[in-house]
Amino acid sequence: MKAVITVVGKDSVGILAKVSNGCAEYNVNVLEVSQSVLSEMFCMIMICDISAISCDFVDFANDMKKLGENMGMSVHVMHEDIFNSMHSI
Amino acid sequence: MYNTHDILETIKMIEEEHLDIRTVTMGISLIDCIDSDIDKACEKVYKKITTYAADLVPVCQKIESKYGIPIINKRIAVTPIAMLASACQDSNVVKFALALEKAAVAVGVNFIGGYSALVGKGFSAGDYALIESIPEALSVTEHVCASVNIGSTKAGINMDAVKLMGKIVKQAAERTAARNCIGAAKLVVFCNAPEDNPFMAGAFHGVGEPDCVINVGVSGPGVVRAALEKADDTMDLSGVAELIKRTAFKITRVGQLVAREAANALGVPFGIVDLSLAPTPAVGDSVAHILEEMGLEQCGACGTTAALAMLNDAVKKGGVMASSHVGGLSGAFIPVTEDAGMIDAARAGTLTIEKLEAMTAVCSVGLDMINIPGDTPPEVISAIIADEAAIGMINSKTTAVRVIPAIGKNVGDELEFGGLLGSGPVMKVNTASPLKFITRAGRIPAPIQSLKN
Repeated sequence: MKAVITVVGKDSVGILAKVSNGCAEYNVNVLEVSQSVLSEMFCMIMICDISAISCDFVDFANDMKKLGENMGMSVHVMHEDIFNSMHSI
Repeated sequence: MYNTHDILETIKMIEEEHLDIRTVTMGISLIDCIDSDIDKACEKVYKKITTYAADLVPVCQKIESKYGIPIINKRIAVTPIAMLASACQDSNVVKFALALEKAAVAVGVNFIGGYSALVGKGFSAGDYALIESIPEALSVTEHVCASVNIGSTKAGINMDAVKLMGKIVKQAAERTAARNCIGAAKLVVFCNAPEDNPFMAGAFHGVGEPDCVINVGVSGPGVVRAALEKADDTMDLSGVAELIKRTAFKITRVGQLVAREAANALGVPFGIVDLSLAPTPAVGDSVAHILEEMGLEQCGACGTTAALAMLNDAVKKGGVMASSHVGGLSGAFIPVTEDAGMIDAARAGTLTIEKLEAMTAVCSVGLDMINIPGDTPPEVISAIIADEAAIGMINSKTTAVRVIPAIGKNVGDELEFGGLLGSGPVMKVNTASPLKFITRAGRIPAPIQSLKN
């Protein structure tokens, strides 16, 4: 089972570190990272393995959202199924 | 494996273009709650609903967090209460409405539908009592919705019921005059009512349905409009139809995912996904704005019916492949007070009731959420219902009337309901008298289209 984490907002020091740290805390394994910075706008997409997650997925999603709010970034954690459903037949 | 564009597109749809699941509706059969003692029946109704739907709201909230998609409403639809009322000696059937209200509050749903009667061909015991009680039931409850099916392609139109409903709609508004006549906004008069509709105010749980079922209604007019906005202005209509189909597919797939997940989590069969484009009063979530994006100066202009017909058809074609079971109303909704673009068009006088009537021939449902002058005579309301029912009967489609007589108000005044029901101007109604026609009552025979065997 995988989840997609997206982080969007103004670039600053340590975004990737904080988000990865958040994942590690819940035993979520980061599989792929794609990031770009355009005119100070930071955009990162992380694909994570949540098979061995140490808490309820919903709690993880809510905590990461709060982490984003603390950094002034918009963080979304969504189960991969929504993307599979919408973009593949 | 994952395409960055796809991921960002999904997030943009949810964050900026109002993609959401409009409703997860649990259908519950109350047939086994029938009792000749109305108090016992009400007790059984309350117990069954609060048992079956106990986890509905928490399960939906969990799904919202898992997929990051809002589920705007959680609702319940029950067996038409007239069937339960038929068995009761007590004629105070409002007790059922109070039991439904209590159950809705206990489980935390937004609406509960099914204070309904199916009288397409005639009245059975309980139907009269229930229909007569609707104005009171809607005035003493907050969450209960009522509907009455007065005709079908198979049965024709029950004009006795049409005559009665003109009066009932008006009374529903009068009894809630102090609350912006909200009673009438929770009452729908149908022709060809579907038995698995998840949308309010017309949802009820049909007799052919399982004991309990999950139906889902999707939304997403904003997503369709945004897709069209990005497209080239010179794109021909084949291209526009294709674009709408692709977008409808994506929207419906989310509905299918949520429906399956909710059904599994609740241990209840999945019923249908309703492929509807349901607007909200929020800016950017309007069906009228899609039509305007297609090239009309304002909704209601000549060409509106054609544009809507194409939109409706493309939504169905895109949606039908995205879901294993499609049902309910399935089509574009045109509720005036719930759609920012329609409200503007009605205020500007571009959109009239006559144009809306034509539009109902090519889209889902019918004359929906239209404020009419408070002094509109009941026979005119009945005649509006008869006209809509005739369109539904002849075209083998669902049509409905949900008009709100704005008590004490006139053309141009406004009614404000708040929330998803929105607000809007009182629209002009043709008041040439149909009294003699409506007073004849009786039945309009089933049309030749009904003889398909």
